[in-house]
Amino acid sequence: MDWRQLWEICSAPDNVPIVALIPLLIFYIYLAWKQAHANDQLIAQLETDPAMAKTHHRKTWPFKQGWQKEVHVWPFLLRVEFLAAIIITIVLMVWSITLNAPLEEPANPNLTMNPAKAPWYFLGLQEMLVYFDPWIAGVVMPTLIIIGLMVIPYIDTNPLGSGYYTWKQRKFSISAFLFGFIIMWVSMILIGTFIRGPGWQWFWPGQTWDHNRLIYEVNRDLPDIFGITSNLGKGIFGAIVVGGYYLLGGFVVFSLFRRYMAKDFKRMSLLQLGITQFLLLTMVALPIKMSIRLLWHIKYVWITPWFNI
Amino acid sequence: MADESKSGGSNVSGTTPASGSNGRNGKNGKVGLVEIVKDDLDSIKTEIPAKVKEQIDGLKDPTKTQVYTSIFRHKHDDTPRNRALGVLSNVFLHLHPAKINRDAVRYSYTWGMGGITFFLFIILTYTGVLLMFYYHPSKVQAFRDVLYLEHDVPFGKILRNMHRWAAHLMVIAVWLHMFRVFLTGSYKKPREFNWNIGVLLLVFTLLLSFTGYLLPDDQLGFWAVTVGTNMARATPLLGHEGPFGPQLGMTPYNDVRFGLLGGSIVDANALLRSYIWHCIGIPIVASVLMIVHFWRVRKDGGISGPAPVMLEEEADKPRRGPKAAGE
Repeated sequence: MDWRQLWEICSAPDNVPIVALIPLLIFYIYLAWKQAHANDQLIAQLETDPAMAKTHHRKTWPFKQGWQKEVHVWPFLLRVEFLAAIIITIVLMVWSITLNAPLEEPANPNLTMNPAKAPWYFLGLQEMLVYFDPWIAGVVMPTLIIIGLMVIPYIDTNPLGSGYYTWKQRKFSISAFLFGFIIMWVSMILIGTFIRGPGWQWFWPGQTWDHNRLIYEVNRDLPDIFGITSNLGKGIFGAIVVGGYYLLGGFVVFSLFRRYMAKDFKRMSLLQLGITQFLLLTMVALPIKMSIRLLWHIKYVWITPWFNI
Repeated sequence: MADESKSGGSNVSGTTPASGSNGRNGKNGKVGLVEIVKDDLDSIKTEIPAKVKEQIDGLKDPTKTQVYTSIFRHKHDDTPRNRALGVLSNVFLHLHPAKINRDAVRYSYTWGMGGITFFLFIILTYTGVLLMFYYHPSKVQAFRDVLYLEHDVPFGKILRNMHRWAAHLMVIAVWLHMFRVFLTGSYKKPREFNWNIGVLLLVFTLLLSFTGYLLPDDQLGFWAVTVGTNMARATPLLGHEGPFGPQLGMTPYNDVRFGLLGGSIVDANALLRSYIWHCIGIPIVASVLMIVHFWRVRKDGGISGPAPVMLEEEADKPRRGPKAAGE
């Protein structure tokens, strides 16, 4: 156990925000879960008692008749905003006094940093470079993430859970978002920051960064396993596998939606369903590709003269 | 002071004709200069003390002065009307409505992350402008300027530190804001479009941080930006190492990466480009989007909640409006 190495990584000034991100996320997930749980209990209660549902104010916080439903922004909101501004200023001041922004040697194109890491918020994409070619990890994926985020309001046909925390009314959409945000984005950043060392190799926390370490890894391509050697054969084989994944996966999504989310499925148009299927399958393809690489050392699935996937 | 200006006005109208017009001069021609001066001196004894008293009385209640009433357009005694006017008649506060949902001020619902993001943007603009005074975006100067900032400029170190940490904090705040908006379903009707503006703002926040990374011109920034922009080589169609790029005639000297860096390597042009994007280009675009974002928050019905919970059987029924009332 190399504590010094661990300390060096955790205390690198630019890694401090990531260290801070973990407790922040845990706290806010807890805060959201607490409110979602309370709301879900209220919903369950109201659904079994229609008479109560007609008169209840539908919130978990106390409310009595005669209380005003609205309060003045001045001072009730502005004092909160003012307080937040003061707290943020103090936090920043203390942080800036105690910790210096990093400054390395002057830029030198002839002296490559090893590991050369992107800014911390892009480390998830850099981690994806292990499993995908740069045109996918660096260009297609960010584009799909942005587009995927933007279409969320248009493909989520569930009208429930607007304006309050809930889990039971939005199990699928919340799981999908948590999967994308926590597992695919934040945890990849954590791996990129704390685990990847020289040569972008895997070093467990506390393992010494060995700059001379070599790993002999023989990667195969999927067509090789099936004994396909010709370029044309590889191209056609890959197209079938990738196309088959989307067709078969699309069918699975369709069948699951129809069964387990019948109401949302009924509200969906064909376009909404198609986009949901595509984005969902593309998101799930990342861990699939990662696992076939890690478990069976398979590098590419689809090989063509122009691009490899 | 309002009264004083009135009497001042009448004074002016009394004296100007005396000095200016011929007719008045002819009438008073018989009165000697000595008598005029004597009359004025006598009046000092009565009129000036009166004015002094008036002035002092006026100072006892500054809120009645012309200066004060010209700045603050309404009174501030604690009435509901004045509380509303305090927000509505102030250009900085009028983004808010006069009144909001009593539960919306709870920290547990909004987490305050949108507001904190905006506040951090203001801090970053402020510290950023100060940093610009000491920084030259050129290969020769940039790194030395950062050293100069750290060692010689008064408070230079804390200035740079604050700028950097506020930037990191802003990235985290934006993510948490998006997380909260998702978990509360606030992107749902009628706020779909504003969610989209928010996604663009998220992208611009990351780009702002990324373009700033290169500016110290040290190894950290240089290699981070090299790694980042190397991805652009592989852009499909538009990058010289991307799928179908070479077939479309892309080389290191004409592809999309060349356009980003202003060259085939991260060098002086890249430094200048990221400086201009960082300090001028992206802040302007982001500010415009922020205006739209805040405007739409209000226009789409204000903050999304905490709203009354909806039950499964009510899902397809309209919630507001005549149809809902008709049931």
